[in-house]
Amino acid sequence: MHKVLLIIQREYITRVRKKSFIIMSILGPLMIVAFYGIIIWASISDGEEKEISVIDETGWFQSVFEEQDDHFIFHYLDTEVEQGKNALQKGDIDGFLHIPKSFSLEKMDGIMLYESKGLGAKAVADIEGKLKKKIRTLKLPQLGVTQEQMKALNKPLEIRTVSLNDEGKESDSHVTISSIIGIIGGLVIYFFVFMYSTMVMKGVLEEKTSRVVEVIVSSVKPYQLMLGKILGVGLVGLTQLGLWIVLGVISTTILSSFVEIPYDQIQEANLQNQANQVEIDQLSHVFYMLHDFNFISILVVFVFYFIFAYLMYASLFAAVGASVDNETDTQQFMLPVTMPLILAIALSGGIVSDPQGSLAYWFSIIPLTSPVIMMIRMPFIGFGLEVIISMLFLFIGFIFSVWVASRIYRIGLLTYGKKPTYSEIFKWLLRNN
Amino acid sequence: MNILEVKGLTKRYANHTALDNVSIKVPKQCIFGLLGPNGAGKTSLIRSINQIISPEEGEIFFDGHLLKPEDVFKMGYLPEERGLYKKMGVAEQILYFAQLKGMSKKEAKQKTKIWLERLSLIPWHKHKVEDLSKGMQQKVQFICTVIHEPALLILDEPFSGFDPVNAQLIRDEIIRLKDDGATIILSTHRMESVEQLCDRIALINKSKKVIEGTQSDIKKAYRNNQFDLTTADPITIQETPHKMIHESTSQLYGYKQTIQLEEASPNDLLKEVMQKTTVLGIQENIPSMNDIFLEAVQNGNIKKLTNEELNA
Repeated sequence: MHKVLLIIQREYITRVRKKSFIIMSILGPLMIVAFYGIIIWASISDGEEKEISVIDETGWFQSVFEEQDDHFIFHYLDTEVEQGKNALQKGDIDGFLHIPKSFSLEKMDGIMLYESKGLGAKAVADIEGKLKKKIRTLKLPQLGVTQEQMKALNKPLEIRTVSLNDEGKESDSHVTISSIIGIIGGLVIYFFVFMYSTMVMKGVLEEKTSRVVEVIVSSVKPYQLMLGKILGVGLVGLTQLGLWIVLGVISTTILSSFVEIPYDQIQEANLQNQANQVEIDQLSHVFYMLHDFNFISILVVFVFYFIFAYLMYASLFAAVGASVDNETDTQQFMLPVTMPLILAIALSGGIVSDPQGSLAYWFSIIPLTSPVIMMIRMPFIGFGLEVIISMLFLFIGFIFSVWVASRIYRIGLLTYGKKPTYSEIFKWLLRNN
Repeated sequence: MNILEVKGLTKRYANHTALDNVSIKVPKQCIFGLLGPNGAGKTSLIRSINQIISPEEGEIFFDGHLLKPEDVFKMGYLPEERGLYKKMGVAEQILYFAQLKGMSKKEAKQKTKIWLERLSLIPWHKHKVEDLSKGMQQKVQFICTVIHEPALLILDEPFSGFDPVNAQLIRDEIIRLKDDGATIILSTHRMESVEQLCDRIALINKSKKVIEGTQSDIKKAYRNNQFDLTTADPITIQETPHKMIHESTSQLYGYKQTIQLEEASPNDLLKEVMQKTTVLGIQENIPSMNDIFLEAVQNGNIKKLTNEELNA
């Protein structure tokens, strides 16, 4: 045991001391924030305002284009079509919409939208939507629908999802929040397992190529060496995660003291748009829902899956590292090991949309995919028998993979030369030392 | 008293037998040469002693008892393929290996300092191993092997990668370790080192031990009655009834020829020659370890040692 501790210590210290670790610890969260920042920014902002000239020969749509809009600047003109085209060609405007006199509610065609620089699908769809909405209000009275009926039709609908547990207790369930929490949990497990298992593999390979193993296995058992390495690197991973959390908390605190969040405005906007809703704003609604969420059980389950997923995959990666002589040869053996992980992430979207399906169920029981899939499902299904069964299977999977890995490891470690075949590796499994 | 006794060791791999009923005895405080061509099974034997692999048959006794896992603490192993952590510091690395061999941190620190001084590596103790020259890396590796003062040292090609000056330094250290009570198993292809250092020798060929004994006994067994004769005038083949191995060559003083005697004794030879010319010198041509190695491995000429029983 003393030797395993020594190995853990070496693996830990040599890695934590590295410049790349320190750099990653600082840059990692920044990179993640930047990464998500770009995604969020891209989805919120619709690019620059588009300047569009409109010639409406029917005169029906004036009110549409006089409305304030963040995305467009409309010039409601009373000129000739040619003039508008010229302006577009000169580049003064981004688009030019022409509604001809021939346009009527019975015969709705002839509307042209000219553009030169590419308006983009969204802008076109927006303009289309605006016109359609107006046409609707124009058409409905013709069909005999009154203003009151229309208002009644337009009432927003909100479904409150309530999950009923076994004891018949009701609690609010929140699909969006559940999805986000589940996917974040699954992603964190995926990234960490991948990053640090690869690190274990590289470490094993380094020992093998530098021939340091022969010196070491004359003083410790290969099993102890593997265990020490996996645990040491795992601790590095936990340290990094911890550092990121601390840095994240500190930086958001600092940031939030600089940036003033316009709570009042948000509230005002919410009140205006959703006058029929309860008097709470969206943000406090989120906090209310988060408060309602059972975080303790999710956190406990997360830690369990995090640790055992890492231990399981790291030992398999260690076996891959021990089987070959150089990094290029790892590719072939990496594939079957990484497949389940990648599959799990690829399936995450489907799992979120149908967390109770049989696909979701089975993949959350199979140990190789269960850590990621169960983390995604967990916020939906809650802690229960299914989770316990899945955890049990993961534990069995962990024991089994450590057994497989240590048997491949002890022989692979001292085998140099030709890259082994799968059948040879299988024979190693059964061979006595 | 033998520090190590290997009895009937057999190790089979899927396609071949690496060790076939090999037995050796290594007395305490001697330098034991383990010789054999490449692929003969030396590494398998060494790995078995180190408990890296476990053989199918046979037993290994260490210091009188059946080999136990803890015995690795009393052994030091320098593998032929050297290996150190390239990114680790020199002193740090030695300290790590010393502790893996069961030394306390405090003790390991003291010994590290002593050894770094002894092999003049002090200015380098903080450098990473990759910054060192190959010779210096070999020195670090040597320290890692011997730092825990093992009772049994197994050195596989310890002089490779050293210049003559450093090779001599390591040779002196090996002798010093022996004088301090250690037993050394030396596996090498450098026959001049074997001649210089080894008290006992075992030769392994094709998975079998073919010869084992003291260096002098082995040489005695392989002496073949050849004599270097130096005379004032050359002796031609016609002039002697004996077999001439090397014909006369002119030397600084007189002529030298090598003669093989069959039945006759050196005295008979001298009597013959003295009638023709002046004898300036005569010396028995004792085969070198290199000759014996080639004779045994290439020609399969295995001599039975006269006092093998006595040795055993």
